[in-house]
Amino acid sequence: MNSTKQDRSFLFQVVLRATFLFIALNAIFAVTPHELGSLFLRNVSIYNTLVPGRERLPFGENPAEAYNLSLNNLDAMFASHVIAGTPKVDDEFRVVLIGDSSVWGFLLENEDTLSAQLNKQGLVNDAGQQLRFYNLGYPTISLTKDVLLLKRARHYQPDLVVWLTTLEAFPYEKQLFTPLVQNNLDKVLQLLRSDTLKIDPNDPAIIQPSFLERTIVGQRRPLADVVRLQLYGFMWAATGVDQYIPDSYTPRAEYLEADESYYGLLPGDLPEETFAFGALELGNGYAGEVPVLVVNEPMFISQGENSDIRYNFFYPRWVYDAYRQLMAEISATNQWNYVDAWQAVDNTEYTNSAIHLTPRGSQQLASFLAEHILDIANNPD
Amino acid sequence: MTLNQLLVFTTLALIAAPFFNSRWRGWTLMIGSVAAIYWLQPSTPIRNLDFWLPTATLGLTVLVWSLTREKEQENGPRADLIAGIVLLVTVLAIAAMRFLPFQITPSRPPQLYQVLIALVVLAAIGLILWRTASGKALSLNIGVASILLLFIVLKSHPLAENASAAIRGLTGQSTDLANAFDIRWLGFSYVAFRLLHTLRDRLSGRLPNVSLRDFTTYVIFFPAFTAGPIDRVERFIGDLENDFRLDASQTILGLKRIAIGVLMKFVVADSLALFALDPNNVFQTESTTWMWVLLYSYSLRIFFDFAGYTHIAIGIANLLSIQLPENFDRPYLKANLTAFWNSWHMTLAQWFRAYYFNPLTRWLRGRGWSITAIILIGQLTTMALIGLWHGVTWNFLIWGLWHGLGLFLHNRWADFAKSRITISNQAIANIGGALLTFHFVVLGWLWFALPELEQSLYALGILFGGGV
Repeated sequence: MNSTKQDRSFLFQVVLRATFLFIALNAIFAVTPHELGSLFLRNVSIYNTLVPGRERLPFGENPAEAYNLSLNNLDAMFASHVIAGTPKVDDEFRVVLIGDSSVWGFLLENEDTLSAQLNKQGLVNDAGQQLRFYNLGYPTISLTKDVLLLKRARHYQPDLVVWLTTLEAFPYEKQLFTPLVQNNLDKVLQLLRSDTLKIDPNDPAIIQPSFLERTIVGQRRPLADVVRLQLYGFMWAATGVDQYIPDSYTPRAEYLEADESYYGLLPGDLPEETFAFGALELGNGYAGEVPVLVVNEPMFISQGENSDIRYNFFYPRWVYDAYRQLMAEISATNQWNYVDAWQAVDNTEYTNSAIHLTPRGSQQLASFLAEHILDIANNPD
Repeated sequence: MTLNQLLVFTTLALIAAPFFNSRWRGWTLMIGSVAAIYWLQPSTPIRNLDFWLPTATLGLTVLVWSLTREKEQENGPRADLIAGIVLLVTVLAIAAMRFLPFQITPSRPPQLYQVLIALVVLAAIGLILWRTASGKALSLNIGVASILLLFIVLKSHPLAENASAAIRGLTGQSTDLANAFDIRWLGFSYVAFRLLHTLRDRLSGRLPNVSLRDFTTYVIFFPAFTAGPIDRVERFIGDLENDFRLDASQTILGLKRIAIGVLMKFVVADSLALFALDPNNVFQTESTTWMWVLLYSYSLRIFFDFAGYTHIAIGIANLLSIQLPENFDRPYLKANLTAFWNSWHMTLAQWFRAYYFNPLTRWLRGRGWSITAIILIGQLTTMALIGLWHGVTWNFLIWGLWHGLGLFLHNRWADFAKSRITISNQAIANIGGALLTFHFVVLGWLWFALPELEQSLYALGILFGGGV
């Protein structure tokens, strides 16, 4: 056999074997039980080993400058959080904070977020346990997303869950709005199977990946995101930066549209079933023995044009007033720990949205909540 | 070059290979390279500039060819006339894509009549140069000076900004928005080296006869267009003239080089880039340890990025039966700085050695300068020029001088140690030398990775104990 013939045969063999391996690996990846992948991701992370865990869940719209990115893999997200690498000690009273971008700390450095401000208070309960707060907030407003995170947070043995929310998280159409919910099919379906949430598990918003989409090729972007999250860990360790905070931003809207409608509802028309109160019930249920403090989070109240009609960009006055009343009633009926903090922060302490706080605003909210939290920490049962 | 572009180039090379024969190969490579440089050109904020820049590359190529061409070539003017017409038609065809729903240029090409006028003017200038100035020392020197001037304008921020403002004025766009980065002329640095090489070789009478078709293919050969290597024209046309034979072993070799390049560039280098030192993160880093990590990451990243591109270029060229020269040979493992520069961006170093260092040192020797002074001046100015080739800034100059000084010191040390020091354990000496050389190069990257003096000095301070 001459060398050209040998080379041709070698080339053919290489192509054949490479094709077989490619197909086989993709097929194996696609049929591998999700739990196995979860187990791997939970245990293989540079965070909390090579580099410190992140103070908040990974989220970033500008990865190159924030050294952070948004991904939908809950296992990788939690594995990168400091809570995953912090064993609970006897003298710790562990409090996890869940909620939207205001809890995560949009436009706030890590040392200014609500959880950091609460930690700075140095709260100690009557049993001598130090209250240690963990930021498990995540930008995007949806109660279902919060329940997803709350359920996952149970792995980290919290003694108290503080759940900050606002009316915008309640409409049914917001429940499946966030990519985190849309891309965690198996976990969301567990929530949806419960009648409490009243959401159709076959809703087209929920992404049900096909076989091809579950292969390595189909999952290349999510897989690359997990790897990038690890690599950005070095930058997180080097700089402590996990969010790009611009020098200036467009402030929250002061002048508002003369629009009284809210998700198609008009004044006087607020059926309870319009909103996913069931998610609150579900969340409280998942918390089990762990007490949950539900907080109606503070919001900016506009003084500008049409402020007689609307409180702010998000809410017409009538609907927000009705929501507050409804929340108080439902919480009382269900015996939930509920605190209405809607005016706990000075109106000047909001940044680019009606719910995002300045460092001072965050401090004010922490001071307001400290007393309520301590009450529960002293009487957790 | 993106991964998609690479895939297209590789596939086209493999598909086209069996249909090549010696007659069509040259034409296919020229037309393919012309189309590729328009496709590779990134978009610019100045209207139609992403079309005019590749056109200018072709224009420069044709003009330099006109200047360097022997009046009496083997194939006579007919073959070159055909090549000129093919070039013209190819560019017009690319411009005519403005009437199609898709274009290979990043934005819609300009009006066809504008392109036609530009090409006719260019052809006329080329013809006049060929008739009147071809091969004359004065015109060749003017050619060298013009390319150097263009180079300086593009690589110097204030001048590039002024140039941008001037072009913006011509296109009716706001000159207030002019920016040095507006003129993203892809491949110009490497094109300039190839053109200078041919002009200088024509001056010294070493340039072989090259047809317009082969000359154009040499200058804009698409695998090496964006990041080298810098080939020599006589070697390149030798490959072009050889019978094309893509056999299985050459295919394996080409694909292997491409695969290694993809791994180095798109996996390793792009991953390292996420935590490599850059102007955004330098002041955010206050820890000595992490500053070293970021600097190491940058050092490895620049190697894997550049060497990866070279592998890809050589691999694609292999599939087209062109053997491009090697550009890297495990430079970070070399035991001294001279060996490093003989294995890092080798074709650039060879270019400067041939066209600057050797003539300069010969000239200084002729004037009776001492060896030490000749080496010092030669190394410092050569490396300073290599630094400035990357951009006319203080930091690039310092980077060049840093290496120039390092090369000089190594040269003197090697000369001193040769007869005085006996090394008992060569392996340990090599490891120690490699570590020392690597760290010398790594510290040099401080001036290369960061554009401002202040940033480099800050990083240097943190690296040596100023951190927390």
